[in-house]
Amino acid sequence: MSAVVHDHDHPHGHGHDHAHGHDHHHGPYGGVMRWVTTTNHKDIGTLYLWFSFIMFSIGGLMAVGIRLELFSPGLQFVNPDFFNQLTTMHGLIMVFGAIMPVFVGFANWQIPMMIGAPDMAFARLNNWSFWLLPFAATLLVLSFFMPGGAPGVGWTLYAPLTVQMGIGMDLTIFAVHILGMSSILGSINIITTILNMRAPGMTLMRMPLFCWTWLITAYLLVAAMPVLAGAVTMTLTDRHFGTTFFNAAGGGDPVLYQHIFWFFGHPEVYIIALPGFGVISQVIPAFSRKPLFGYASMVYATAAIAIISFIVWAHHMYTVGMPVTGQLFFMYATMLVAVPTGVKVFNWVATMWKGSLTFETPMLFACGFLFMFTLGGFTGLVLSVVPIDIQMHDTYYVVAHFHYVMVAGALFAAFAGIYFWLPKWTGRMYNETLGQIHFWLTMIFFNMIFFVQHFLGLAGMPRRIPDYNPMFETWNKISSLGAFGMGLAQVLFLYIVVSTIRSGKPAPQKPWEGADSLEWTHLPTPPPYHTFETQPIIK
Amino acid sequence: MTGSRLVTLLAGIGLTAASGAAHAIAWYFQTPASKMAAEIDWLHQVLMWIILVIFVGVFGFMFYACYAHRKSIGHKAEQFHENTTVEILWTVIPALILVVIAWPVTKAVIAQKDTSAPDLTVKVTGYQWKWGYDYLKGEGEGISFVSTLATPREQIDGHAPKGEHYLLEVDNELVVPVGKKVRILTTAADVVHSWWVPAFGAKQDAIPGFIRDTWFRAEQEGTFRSQCVELCGKEHGFMPIVVRVVSQPEYAKWVGEQKKVMAAAADDPGKTWDAKELVARGERVYAANCVACHQASGQGSPAMKAPALAGDKFVTGNKEGPIDTVLNGRPNTAMQAFGKQLSDTEIAAVITYARNSWGNKAAEVQPAEVKARRK
Repeated sequence: MSAVVHDHDHPHGHGHDHAHGHDHHHGPYGGVMRWVTTTNHKDIGTLYLWFSFIMFSIGGLMAVGIRLELFSPGLQFVNPDFFNQLTTMHGLIMVFGAIMPVFVGFANWQIPMMIGAPDMAFARLNNWSFWLLPFAATLLVLSFFMPGGAPGVGWTLYAPLTVQMGIGMDLTIFAVHILGMSSILGSINIITTILNMRAPGMTLMRMPLFCWTWLITAYLLVAAMPVLAGAVTMTLTDRHFGTTFFNAAGGGDPVLYQHIFWFFGHPEVYIIALPGFGVISQVIPAFSRKPLFGYASMVYATAAIAIISFIVWAHHMYTVGMPVTGQLFFMYATMLVAVPTGVKVFNWVATMWKGSLTFETPMLFACGFLFMFTLGGFTGLVLSVVPIDIQMHDTYYVVAHFHYVMVAGALFAAFAGIYFWLPKWTGRMYNETLGQIHFWLTMIFFNMIFFVQHFLGLAGMPRRIPDYNPMFETWNKISSLGAFGMGLAQVLFLYIVVSTIRSGKPAPQKPWEGADSLEWTHLPTPPPYHTFETQPIIK
Repeated sequence: MTGSRLVTLLAGIGLTAASGAAHAIAWYFQTPASKMAAEIDWLHQVLMWIILVIFVGVFGFMFYACYAHRKSIGHKAEQFHENTTVEILWTVIPALILVVIAWPVTKAVIAQKDTSAPDLTVKVTGYQWKWGYDYLKGEGEGISFVSTLATPREQIDGHAPKGEHYLLEVDNELVVPVGKKVRILTTAADVVHSWWVPAFGAKQDAIPGFIRDTWFRAEQEGTFRSQCVELCGKEHGFMPIVVRVVSQPEYAKWVGEQKKVMAAAADDPGKTWDAKELVARGERVYAANCVACHQASGQGSPAMKAPALAGDKFVTGNKEGPIDTVLNGRPNTAMQAFGKQLSDTEIAAVITYARNSWGNKAAEVQPAEVKARRK
């Protein structure tokens, strides 16, 4: 079950590929063309990761702008219209530009190495999946410079407000189309790679859990992204071609948009979360020096979460006025999510139980993830309850809740993964002290930003407002200070990564004592450009 | 380095807390003023206790492991990785806890949806960016008014100190009698808005083209404040909701006053106004309805696709153009149809104001001319 594998033909410390003397035939182009034309999964993984970091920085700057305006009551820095544009673009850029690509970057780097494949199944498609992204991102950012600016409608792009927006809205719609295309192509690639290119003996139930979570995520993407594409296309035709999908005057219904959007939107939450679960399921066993507890139940729980995610969408819409039976159905289904999610948390804790624990930076981020993602899960349970949700809907409580899931969940998992695999990818160790400082700063400032937002929401501060009554001032000040701190802490992260690449100490093949998947046991550090040209045999 | 930064930070938080002390710090639900809000509060507290127990249990294990099973104190890892009994237990027990939670919650959901047999029915219409209230049925039937933000612009721009009810004050409050079941019908004229009064535990989206409903029964007198909670464009943060709950006799008195005010406000539609009167009246209408997009300077706002009215040939040209635009709106823009919100006199006045301000100069529009363009 576990990823503990033995390949006696290729003893540890001995790169499989070194056996081949013809590596140079497959070497990359030099310079920029290497990155434009590359079909190598490691190069493309690197591209995804850097792209994600750039978008993370842009989205983060927008968040700082939002928090700057909210530092004090009154309007100081931005006008309400630009404020709405910031919240909209912060959401879209973080979800589609930062969090989704970072995990595709992990998938590209890790899946072939973890299943003993030479590369992704469709190498050229892989190149195209990535290179669609910069175009989409450019459209998103360009929308700010259009007449009327970027859309100020919230990342959910609710109709019919979208109809009032300027041309920036159309750029955003096209950007979403392109992002969706990239995701679908990437997912097809991942599904094909995992199903067809595993090394002999690497059965599905022996795969590292990271591969499992990505396999399931890829199916979610293929199922959900076309739905989003449909929703934004209907918005486009409502705007320009006289259709009335979301306009009651022509027989349409604004709420129909919300149903379609959230039919995509809820699976999207798990598209963001599941690969993070996979990363955590690699990191916690490695630093507990103990196999993952309940591997099989982890796989089933992941699948269960994915399936349930398609029948809970309307819990984002309790206040639109649906029949009581609808509210009850979506409430019960949503509460059900707590069961497989609970199984995962229990399994992670049980993995740590009676292990031999050390707390290097990846493990710190994994523990931070576990602690705070669970908090976000609990507030999710609170919000699943219809009458309570009706009280909290569209307040800062919801903002706090989903940032605990997306930042403390997905982002912390991404940090855990980056510190975990950076030595393998670059061949160099990061600075452990700085890594730990980065963790603690991020952890403290994150909670400063978002924990207090629960209070704001309970007290009744709506989300997406640029100005507020002074009774909300204290929490907003703390939250804004936290945001500035968290932003600065990420500059430290950039410094750590760059200094590791440029001048880190050489890393051994397996810097983590408890790590046991193929990239650690079978490949040198850093792995050569092409790996596993002959597949290892997993016994 | 981090030490000194932490000190600075803590000092910052301390100062913040001190400055915040001038105003009450809100951190939990508003005091419930209806049984539904009290029930929601109770459900929330029960849930928080259940969560706290699970949280302490699960993370008790985690932190104990972090402390006792460290490599640095020589703990050797055991290699167990499965236990069917434990795994079944921690699947089944949470499911059972959920069933226990679901029972009282289901009753609350059903109660919250029961809008039958109201004493008073009020239709609430969301506009960009104000609320319209129409008393449809019950005592006060026929009363109708629009409720807009009353906070002066100087406070928002920081040129005047902020009042206690900053951004949560309106010109016309929704007035309802205490102890009566009030059914709220919501709809909207342009985009989705959401009407919410936390103290009553009542929130309902206002969907353009559709009618939805919710209800409340206020248990105590007082003024209850909130604001729009669905992003509805630029001024989303500036359309508060204020409900004043009064005793039955006071309510009857208020209804009487409103009826008188409405009768007095009804302008004689046949009257011919002089241009000065119209401009003066129009300035007030403009300030209440147009200024958010077209600006006090008449320069408009490109972000809202709101054109400048100053120096605009369409505004100062023939009268039919501006009259039709104000009556019927412009599709797919925030320029809504004001025909149902404003009287002929108000429309005539506001157009006359626009035609004779910011350097514009054109003939006045009379109410009769507006009436003639109504379909």
